[in-house]
Amino acid sequence: MIPAPFAYHAPQSLREALRLLRAHEGEARVVAGGMSLIPAMKLRLAQPEHLVDIGGLSELSGVRRTDDGGVAVGACVTYRRLETSRSARAAAPLLAETVAQVGDLQVRNRGTLGGSAAHADPAADAPAALLALDAALRATGGARPRVIPAARFFLDAYETALAPTEILTEILIPKQPPRTGAAYLKFANKASRFAIVGVAAALTLDRRGVCSRARVAVTGAGPRPVRASATERWLTGRQPSQTAIGEAAARASRGMEFIEDVHGSEEYREHLTRVITRRALEEAARRAGA
Amino acid sequence: MRQVTLTVNGRRRSAEVEDRDLLVDLLREKLRLTGTHVGCDTSQCGACTVLLNGAAVKSCAVFAAQAEGAKVTTIEGLAKPGGPLHPIQQAFHEEHGLQCGFCTPGMALTLHEFLRRNPDPADHEVRAALGGNMCRCTGYQNIVASALNAARKMRGTA
Repeated sequence: MIPAPFAYHAPQSLREALRLLRAHEGEARVVAGGMSLIPAMKLRLAQPEHLVDIGGLSELSGVRRTDDGGVAVGACVTYRRLETSRSARAAAPLLAETVAQVGDLQVRNRGTLGGSAAHADPAADAPAALLALDAALRATGGARPRVIPAARFFLDAYETALAPTEILTEILIPKQPPRTGAAYLKFANKASRFAIVGVAAALTLDRRGVCSRARVAVTGAGPRPVRASATERWLTGRQPSQTAIGEAAARASRGMEFIEDVHGSEEYREHLTRVITRRALEEAARRAGA
Repeated sequence: MRQVTLTVNGRRRSAEVEDRDLLVDLLREKLRLTGTHVGCDTSQCGACTVLLNGAAVKSCAVFAAQAEGAKVTTIEGLAKPGGPLHPIQQAFHEEHGLQCGFCTPGMALTLHEFLRRNPDPADHEVRAALGGNMCRCTGYQNIVASALNAARKMRGTA
């Protein structure tokens, strides 16, 4: 399969990439790993006239600890690097666990965290972890550089808060409180490994073992990844016993919108949302020391 | 058209490509390295896997222009011409890890990267590593046996 013709650009700096994006506004797409965009271009589902390749920019490819003890991941850091990097695993184990479940080895060698976020595939894994970790996404190229909370970044299927001239540069993961346990579990499409439903859960316990903070995010179920806020509210202030987790998970689908496709009906996804949420919460609670 | 220069199997090569040409097209059509196969052409089957700067990638999902200046290893580069087979190739031979052989080059290159990082893998780790390489003949048992055999050879314990 042959993509429609386009002009390929390999800028040497972020500045140059932004200039190219402005010069070809509306006709250009940013590519990093290309694991979603290139297959879409081959199918001619995407036909950009200009392709701006930021994958080689070293300024977007770093992983660093932040002053608050969190971690900042460059937009072009590959899944494989996150999966194998000791510092990323130490600072954000949930993120490493999540991206290790993306696609296959070859896809993880090319695919990037920033690409996953900016592409906003409703069945992508990483966005669930970003929501559960209260991540923020740094973008530049608009009126001024800005930092967008993950909760306000994913707007709809393949639609984010990024403007056409903006480039996502960095993903900021804050330090998680002590006694936090987290897990990402998914029911995957066997062929593509995309999530039919995926749930990232992060639970923080206080000294008495009561849940003081709960973050639960669901991907794959609906048109965009969302927090399961009814579940979070139910669990906060309770001991994460099996009963409490069951009650909390039963509330996971409240207020959520579900999609229907060849992989499952709305009802099936709603059911899976509750089941996978319960399992993710059980694992997160166990890891938090409950 | 643009000129792309890269190192393929240790040799510096240049070719004229269109911006929309894929790395697999460059390898097969321009450089006549036809050991890299196109199976699904939708970046799922892994038959087109090559090493790009040491990392296993699906060359049907990388543009040739993106490989400018890169080091690429294809199945033709695993063993020296006329020399002994690479331990991974030898292991596939011994364990009958192929039937039609179409998927084998991709399998070998994925395993090349995997075994470098994980020289003594468990059965299930091999299966996970090969998740992006489809085989429609063997049922995978002998491929996994080949991988474990190759790992033993490369550790010097076989």
